[in-house]
Amino acid sequence: MKQKSMAKVISQEVLADGIYDMWLETPIAMDVHAGQFVGVYTVNRAALLPRPISICEVDREASAIRLVYRVVGVGTAEFALYRQGDYISILGPLGNGFPLETAAGKRAVLMGGGIGVPPLLGTAKEIRNSKSAPSQISAVMGYRNSETFLADDFGRYLQLYIASDDGSVGTKGNVIDALRENGIDCDVIFACGPMPMLKGIKDYAKEKGIKAYISLEERMACGVGACLGCICKTKETDSHSHVKNARICTDGPVFDADDLDM
Amino acid sequence: MNTAVEIAGVKFKNPVMTASGTFGSGMEYSDFVDLDKLGAIVTKGVANVPWEGNPVPRVAEVYGGMLNAIGLQNPGVDVFIDRDLEFLKKYDTRVIVNVCGKTVEDYLEVVERLSSQERVDMLEINVSCPNVKEGAIAFGQKADALYDITGRIKERAKQPVIMKLSPNVTSISEMAKAAEAGGADAISLINTITGMKIDIHKRKFALANKTGGLSGPAIKPVAVRMVYEASHAVKIPVIGMGGIANAEDAIEFIMAGASAVAVGAMNFHDPYTTLNVVKGIEEYMARYGVSDINELRGIV
Repeated sequence: MKQKSMAKVISQEVLADGIYDMWLETPIAMDVHAGQFVGVYTVNRAALLPRPISICEVDREASAIRLVYRVVGVGTAEFALYRQGDYISILGPLGNGFPLETAAGKRAVLMGGGIGVPPLLGTAKEIRNSKSAPSQISAVMGYRNSETFLADDFGRYLQLYIASDDGSVGTKGNVIDALRENGIDCDVIFACGPMPMLKGIKDYAKEKGIKAYISLEERMACGVGACLGCICKTKETDSHSHVKNARICTDGPVFDADDLDM
Repeated sequence: MNTAVEIAGVKFKNPVMTASGTFGSGMEYSDFVDLDKLGAIVTKGVANVPWEGNPVPRVAEVYGGMLNAIGLQNPGVDVFIDRDLEFLKKYDTRVIVNVCGKTVEDYLEVVERLSSQERVDMLEINVSCPNVKEGAIAFGQKADALYDITGRIKERAKQPVIMKLSPNVTSISEMAKAAEAGGADAISLINTITGMKIDIHKRKFALANKTGGLSGPAIKPVAVRMVYEASHAVKIPVIGMGGIANAEDAIEFIMAGASAVAVGAMNFHDPYTTLNVVKGIEEYMARYGVSDINELRGIV
């Protein structure tokens, strides 16, 4: 059940330039799954809207969630100041998450780019522990440079391939270049990252005749499906909106790439 | 302690409503809020046919508020009646349906489709959305156009009619008088104030629509001033809104002359805002020994 509540900061550290790693103790942890997100509030009363941040990982025993985020503005700059023992207001769990059951018995690849990498870590963890596990699973993550944050964590769950823009680690180029270079065949892709990457993955999936589930990002206000701020265009008329718009915050953020007009 | 108010013969258990477009039809917020505790649900704008709305980005945060240019995306009146109104039948709160259109005929079609719906207590006519190219605000920025459309809607409407006014005018008093003269049963204000934000890093407008409507606490002093002016210009009841974040804000609007108030953008900041306003008003009344909320109206 969605709720707005106070979460206690368990720890916070810097993972890479401008990338922060914060564990929060929250009852929301019991109710979260891979690909969902939370709205995080500032105490700065001039910045009113919740910041949508993907859930990187869940630790149910500790009733904790991990948020890995990039500092991009006044809101995230404030979050970066939080220390162990501080409290922070969050809204969640929000969104639908990745449909992991679609990968049961199939060859799955997790693909993330930039600040789209974190939610795939929780996905790796959850898919390894799920009853409907894929027959084969690997991950391809794309970074700007050698600051390959979370790469070690992925290594705990699966084989990780890396692409970097500057070629300092792994394949020089994007995640699809790395997929091709390493000869990874798959039936299902779960992906999160910048729009050009997601478009590339949609095209790749179409070319190969495979499924791609992609997690989208957009400027949001309410986070709960009421304001209609964060829509994406769909091929068919959406059952909620009755126009060709779906709400990223509630109908997504994860969509079957085939259903999107992008 | 009496918190009930009456507008155009319709009784509300308390003066706290939701501002159109910030609360859907209540469904999404029913996870957080017991809708029975609210004075009224004012729905998202409903047109005669589904509207696509504007391209994204549709929202942008600004200091103390936000800009939106949703463009009145809505599923159309048929879906609204079958789904949203059906959902609201479960609740014991008043329902005010916000009506939008591109032409007078569009508005009249929605008004007529809703006329047989007993669950609809009042209509709020949106002649003040700044984000659509046709209709809407075109009727709300000239007094004679507002007078005219108010009269046309009143001829057909079975429920009492609230005209929702735009702050993007020279004289709010003149607009309030035009609505009253046209036969409006009440007025509500303010809709959003037209604004703009530029992303200097991308060298682009923050909104795809370039301009959007400013809402949130940043606009509250403007809204309080306009509610004060409008309520002194007309005899019909005024519903006040614009940046209400808590009970103190709501009471300011009531003291400025509002019979009821609506919570808008702050629902996005805190989904429990409406309930906190209801509770806070009762606490204020207890603290100052106010036995009837109506005593506070226009007290300044």
